[in-house]
Amino acid sequence: MPERKKMGNISKHQEEDSKPAKTKRIDPKFKYEIMRMPGAEKVHLCFQCGTCTADCVVARFTDFYRPRKIARIIQLGLKDRLIGNEALWLCTTCHTCIDHCPQGVEVSSIIRALRNISVKTLDTMPSVFKIFASNILKSGYIYLMPESRLKKREEQGLPPLPKPNLKDVAKLFHVTGFAGTLEKSRTTENVKTEGAN
Amino acid sequence: MAETRFLFFLGCLIPYRLASYEVSARKVLGKLGVELVEMPEFNCCGFPVASLDYELALSLAARNLCLAEQQNMTILTLCNGCFGTLNEANVVLKEDRALRDKINYNLQQIGMEFKGTIRVKHLVHVLTEDIGIEKLKEFVMNPLKGLRVGQHTGCHLLRPVKHVGHLDNSEDPVVLKKLINITGAECLDYQDETECCGNTVIGINEEIPFKISKEKLEHVKTSGAQALVTVCPSCHMMYDFNQPRIEKAFNVSFNLPVLHYTQLLGLAMGFKPEDLMLGENRVKPTFFLS
Repeated sequence: MPERKKMGNISKHQEEDSKPAKTKRIDPKFKYEIMRMPGAEKVHLCFQCGTCTADCVVARFTDFYRPRKIARIIQLGLKDRLIGNEALWLCTTCHTCIDHCPQGVEVSSIIRALRNISVKTLDTMPSVFKIFASNILKSGYIYLMPESRLKKREEQGLPPLPKPNLKDVAKLFHVTGFAGTLEKSRTTENVKTEGAN
Repeated sequence: MAETRFLFFLGCLIPYRLASYEVSARKVLGKLGVELVEMPEFNCCGFPVASLDYELALSLAARNLCLAEQQNMTILTLCNGCFGTLNEANVVLKEDRALRDKINYNLQQIGMEFKGTIRVKHLVHVLTEDIGIEKLKEFVMNPLKGLRVGQHTGCHLLRPVKHVGHLDNSEDPVVLKKLINITGAECLDYQDETECCGNTVIGINEEIPFKISKEKLEHVKTSGAQALVTVCPSCHMMYDFNQPRIEKAFNVSFNLPVLHYTQLLGLAMGFKPEDLMLGENRVKPTFFLS
């Protein structure tokens, strides 16, 4: 049996994390930064009961992802451990944690907020997300619909796919500032959890 | 008030991969007297973008909602992801004034404004609320007696309760079960019915969603079900399209057909398997095809 990783392996800096946190690595305002993001307002109320982890379908199959610890690390202000942490991308957004939290903490919304901050501050995103976002800009859909498929719709008696308004979509990408982020962002590798139990 | 006319939000995955769901849904809804109005100029609901930039995701979702507001029509979608995202935007933007102002500033650039005047519904809501179980029963010409199935409602129809809770029992879902039972098929209980399929992270990591779905398929098989019924294209892809890959990865055999609910209902309403594109399902539902 593979040895269980200490601290649930929610950081890419394992060695460093086993040592006590140094004050200079603490960002005392980090939790407030998170609390300003929609859905993440109650992260300070987490009392570490562990219901979110216990009921998390992903956590059941890998010890690489532990939502309870993510909430604690936010409270402690250990920003570096979370921003850019690849484990954040393992949340399936099933939202069981939101419904079961006795403190009303929207755990999966907090994960979303951390993903957003990671993308914005590091200009990186998983390649699948970059493809989806780029396709929306190009076609309005997350996929580029091949001609053959559009033709097949006719044969299947389906109405033609509505033409998207690409000008409107592009304007929304620009006004939110995301168009720039998308253009300069690099892509990250898929998350490896092989052998995870 | 019961409606019969809806603005049809197709989403991305259905036109790209699952014509079987769209074709069977259009046939069934047509026969039930539901009029689907094609939604012009719609874009992706915003779901995948929420992880990258929530403000943009809400703006994309709100743009779709504005298109429906312009026509003063309720949105009907076949996809849990689209329903979850559009419904969440509709709820959140009505409740949070500051967020609504922010999104409306973005929408102003394209000459739109979110007002919060329309509703978003998934297929199952239209079937149960607008048509109604009793009325649906009248359309069952060919009861699927002796067929035993399991149901997978899917996360975004059930959770979070604060956005969708009033529509079903999120811990012990009943809506899809009722819809299945009127077809004459028997809907069996199995372990962990509310559990996620894992498909949303398949582009990031394959191992975990495969393990999650393998367990689900085992539980459904153990119950004695002959098929699994879904109402979400993403869940359907996971259990049907990926089933042979899961079998290979774990050296197991399920051979469990996965039907769109509209295929099951369509069969009960007397449509032929080929009308409902049953032959397109990856795991062949041989008991209907032979």
